[in-house]
Amino acid sequence: MTDVAWINAALTAARPQAIGALLRRFRDLDQAEEAFQEACLRALKNWPLNGPPRDPAAWLILVGRNVALDDVRRRRKSETLPADEVISDLGDAETDLAERLDHSHYRDDILRLLFICCHPDLPATQQIALALRVVSGLTVKEIARAFLVSESAMEQRITRAKQRVADAEVPYETPGAVERSERLAAVAAMIYLLFNEGYFTSGGTAHIRATLCEEAIRLVRLLLRLFPGEPEIMGLAALLMLQHARTPARLDADGGIILLEDQDRGAWRRELIDEGLALLDKAVRHRRPGPYQIQAAIAAVHAHAARPQDTDWAEIDALYAALERLQPSPVVTLNRAVAVAKVQGPAAALAMIEPLAAKLSGYFHFFGVKGGLLMQLDRTEEARIAFDQAISLANTAAEAAHIRMHLDRLMRDSASGAAVEAPRR
Amino acid sequence: MLYAILCYHDEDEVESWPKEKDDAVIAKRAVVTGKLAAEGRLGPVARLMPTTAATTIRTGREPFVVDGPFAETKEQLLGFYVVDCPTLEDVIETARQMKRDESGTFEIRPLRYFDPGAPAK
Repeated sequence: MTDVAWINAALTAARPQAIGALLRRFRDLDQAEEAFQEACLRALKNWPLNGPPRDPAAWLILVGRNVALDDVRRRRKSETLPADEVISDLGDAETDLAERLDHSHYRDDILRLLFICCHPDLPATQQIALALRVVSGLTVKEIARAFLVSESAMEQRITRAKQRVADAEVPYETPGAVERSERLAAVAAMIYLLFNEGYFTSGGTAHIRATLCEEAIRLVRLLLRLFPGEPEIMGLAALLMLQHARTPARLDADGGIILLEDQDRGAWRRELIDEGLALLDKAVRHRRPGPYQIQAAIAAVHAHAARPQDTDWAEIDALYAALERLQPSPVVTLNRAVAVAKVQGPAAALAMIEPLAAKLSGYFHFFGVKGGLLMQLDRTEEARIAFDQAISLANTAAEAAHIRMHLDRLMRDSASGAAVEAPRR
Repeated sequence: MLYAILCYHDEDEVESWPKEKDDAVIAKRAVVTGKLAAEGRLGPVARLMPTTAATTIRTGREPFVVDGPFAETKEQLLGFYVVDCPTLEDVIETARQMKRDESGTFEIRPLRYFDPGAPAK
């Protein structure tokens, strides 16, 4: 690998820990980011000459601190900055750098940084944008492209989000056990949203969507390394990996959505499926089920089926029933109905979703599933009405195209299933 | 003499490699290992899943199981087994039986890739 490529990979990997530590030091997000940026610039100059440091994060934190201190001094006295060589030449200092830096804090530093990004005062889209900018280090331009807004609009959105979290004053003391687990849950929810943004709803190109999903997986791996014994974090990681494994088979050449049952399962990414299954296995050992673990178990049933007709729908029905008990929501019931249709037939499924009509009257997928079930029952006219409603509620052109395709397909073959892949929010 | 070549790297960084980069590294190594294989000089090749998939069995009065990788620096890597088990529960039980009345640590790590190889006898 070239120097620059190697250094960029190391800087990206070190980013959450370094910014987290600098944030604890400066208690200001902008200042922490600036110090990190400056440290990165110095790394790009220094590392190719002196070789990579043993602990890149520790190097960046120390240099970031020094740079910021110099900055303060310069502002105070208008002193000239010391030469780069003086600052960058850590020499012997680096030998015991790892010891001198307070590593016991790093877990809470990263968690705090992530938690600040998903502060409850922020709307979901701002949480994701802030995390992508601050933690992942994506450029404003890249984030703007993912959300299909202009760069200046995204810049504003991120600035506003930063202002809000600054006003919210997240405490810097080491959190207690309860607070830590609350932060962990909030961060997990944000990572889940980030993944779904890439997987289901983002209007950007396939490349941008994949980037969001991969960032979500990178963050959940990070979280798992910090909290290795949390079954729900294992479950979330498994869920994201099992779903992302299908990415190469999910879209056709024109960017249209391919239904789960029509996907080329040979194109699924085997290594991600295996890792997801291993993590789910680890989680289940704890006997502390939770919504992410159950959703991962559902994804695992699909992963185990070599062909769509091998899918264990009774198992999926049972898992959704468990999810309904744990986290009752009309969307969960709607998803369960898809499994019920396979096990008990469309009439039972339709009876199950009819009571949801009032709550889901603005939900695209409700009418997609309803139309599919009516179609199977040969109630063609009602099905067409439901599909029309679905199309009118579609959030993206791809969703509308998806339903039209579904409609065409059911017109051709009214006996086939009605699996509409819906995000489980 | 049989030798094991053990691979160490920063997992964060390797995970952040794009697929092309990962493939290129594997292909570069395959040039060397391919020659060894042709001469009957290549034994098992395995790639481990990330440490987040690891489970560790430590010795106490009873062996006990913790999530996560082996993290002590006081102990050294002395050997490994490759076993085929249907679930994590099974492999933990297998490892517990092997470890009975011993000190030391076992780390269990699922394999991402495995080639049994074919060394000449």
